[in-house]
Amino acid sequence: MKTTFTALVAAGMMAAAPAMADLVVPNLSYRTGPYGANGTHYADGFNDYFTLLNERDGGIGGEKIQVPECETAYNTEKGVECYEATKDTGALVYNPLSTGITYQLIPKVGVDKKVLYTPGYGRTSGKNGKVFEWVFNAPANYWDGASVAIKYLLDENGGDLSGKKIALVYHNSAYGKEPIRTLQGLAEKHGFTLSEIPVDAPGQEQKSQWLQIRRDKPDYVIMYGWGVMNQAAIQEAANIRFPMENFIGIWWSGSEVDVLPVGAAANGYKALTFNGVGMDYPIYDDIKTHVIDPGKASQGGSHVGSALYSRGMYAAVVIAEAIRTAQELAGTAQISAEQLREGFENLEITPARLEEIGLPDFGPEIKLSCDNHGGSGMARLQQWDATAKQWSLITEFTEPDQEIIAPLIAEDSAAYAQEAGITPRDC
Amino acid sequence: MDQFFFAAEVVANGLMTGVMYSLVALGFVLIFKASGVFNYAQGVLALFAALTLVGIQQGQIPFADLINAAFGTSLHQFGWTVPAVLAIALTAGVMVLLAFLIEKLVLQHLVGQEPIILFMATIGLAYFLEGLGDVMWGADIKTLDVGLPQGISDAIEGATAEWFGYGFFIDRLDIWATLIAAILVAALVAFAQYTKQGRAMRAVADDHQAALSVGISLRFIWVMVWSIAGFVALVAGIMWGTKSGVQFSLSLIALKALPVLMLGGFTSIPGAIVGGLIIGVGEKLFEFFIGPMVGGATENWFAYVLALVFLVFRPQGLFGERIIERV
Repeated sequence: MKTTFTALVAAGMMAAAPAMADLVVPNLSYRTGPYGANGTHYADGFNDYFTLLNERDGGIGGEKIQVPECETAYNTEKGVECYEATKDTGALVYNPLSTGITYQLIPKVGVDKKVLYTPGYGRTSGKNGKVFEWVFNAPANYWDGASVAIKYLLDENGGDLSGKKIALVYHNSAYGKEPIRTLQGLAEKHGFTLSEIPVDAPGQEQKSQWLQIRRDKPDYVIMYGWGVMNQAAIQEAANIRFPMENFIGIWWSGSEVDVLPVGAAANGYKALTFNGVGMDYPIYDDIKTHVIDPGKASQGGSHVGSALYSRGMYAAVVIAEAIRTAQELAGTAQISAEQLREGFENLEITPARLEEIGLPDFGPEIKLSCDNHGGSGMARLQQWDATAKQWSLITEFTEPDQEIIAPLIAEDSAAYAQEAGITPRDC
Repeated sequence: MDQFFFAAEVVANGLMTGVMYSLVALGFVLIFKASGVFNYAQGVLALFAALTLVGIQQGQIPFADLINAAFGTSLHQFGWTVPAVLAIALTAGVMVLLAFLIEKLVLQHLVGQEPIILFMATIGLAYFLEGLGDVMWGADIKTLDVGLPQGISDAIEGATAEWFGYGFFIDRLDIWATLIAAILVAALVAFAQYTKQGRAMRAVADDHQAALSVGISLRFIWVMVWSIAGFVALVAGIMWGTKSGVQFSLSLIALKALPVLMLGGFTSIPGAIVGGLIIGVGEKLFEFFIGPMVGGATENWFAYVLALVFLVFRPQGLFGERIIERV
């Protein structure tokens, strides 16, 4: 009896754990809790791209990719538990889609030698590869986003923002506070007035904040929100008749779930993005043939093509390309996390490569190195059409103002290096 | 002078927001008053009611994902939509059915247990309903539209601009919420005062044993109270769901009701209203005057600090019953 039980337990563990030869990319997702609606779309896109590679190409370099999913509910403790539970399964890289979880994992991945990939979120100064050896945040970070938004407003105002008033409505958390220093620097440089308006999580009630905006009459509002805060803010903006075309959200405030509940009043709202939108890309034919039609799509394929699905898919594309690069460098398909880190540091995704993948012009060109883990930081703007219920890209990819951002990254990463006792690498 | 009018506008909006908090608090009060149970699941009841309302209204097939996963089908919609009024009535029916099931499957087995046991049961119920709502109707954010208007009231803005030279912002949804809350409270008070069932409810609230001894059915009263609380949750769900979509966060509005209850008292319907108004105005004024000095986002903090102060000086709340237990 005891032997049978032991055999059953062993068989169960073998069935649950990924085969050691596979490439393991855990998906620390959240499909429940206050941010579950956002997390579900992203996780589906992430899963489906790896399913496509497995079904169409037999994996990457002949190695299948395993994507074990672990529910974090956007809770930092659960996120760390998920990391601890999966790190010894041969996991190569983590993408937890949470700045809070990222901050907790940064010291851990250095010890465990795992790659932490946080596209568009996490610790901004993770861009500095000299200090953050295991962290990558290409193609863009929070500070890039703030700068691209201001560059867009400069373009809209003939290159002059002096005397203009810009309000930052932000999630009162580590994430929401990220752009403040950048925007303060940009305000000083370009002569606009910045007002900072925090919103406590989850952010369903924002009357005070929008009454203040109605009174102060800023020319533009920039939002760093997430979850219900986005819908409530866009609704309140519509309520006070704030012009939607002057309201710009960061990429985490620019999905369909943020604008659809507001209906027609959300028409014209803008948001930053570092990835393409819509389904007008050849890759979706392959996803249909190899993933959706055979019934292998994550959650039945109901979110295919949404803004957050596209971003999750794009994260998977970047990871897959880094794995491919690592395999070429190592001369083996069965790479380790250390080799994947090398792959990331030598990653180059050109427009031609994106076209080959079936995603022409979907993201900015990415070229990483030992010291640059964040890429060019380019982003573009999208605008919501409430009638057609879709986003349209309204600008080309724009470079952020590195004159402001680079010193801030150097300063913040130096502070971290001192605090963590890290000697920056020579790159 | 503008500053004065702006403060007045903040007060007016605070009162309206307070009404929205009161709508959630009312459900807690009803169940606590009748059974001494603090219903942790009240916020989730509002979410579940709103999810059910949208599902019925949009002709969504319940458990569609589960059915599709089990049978390989691709079912999502019935292909019809239901008018808002009928959908609200049907959802109210679902809430009554839910109340019946809660009594039958949970409360009946816990008769005579300590209140803390019943409280723990409602925690379990909250998690169960959260999952059930997701499985029944899906986790996506849903748009709720029962025809309630939203946005600034032009009439009020125009009139105040003419009178004071400063156009006040009042959200039309908040005006409706105030009217509906007033009708709801009047109906609840009338029900409790003038109907046989209402008097039975009050008798149970006063003394379970005495009520049982005169032939009042405790089971019936519990089903009735949970049904009413379910209906109040539906109203709260409609108001908050219209504001920012129907999604998980709707269940977190219960956190806004807690300081209201601490302030108004757990057993008083007028207390829930007055408590809501005080919290609404207080947090908005604090954010307006003090918020900018301390970095803002003070509302949640202020509501609980105010409630704490009341707890110290008046533990039973403004309108709660003082509990005196003699040794």
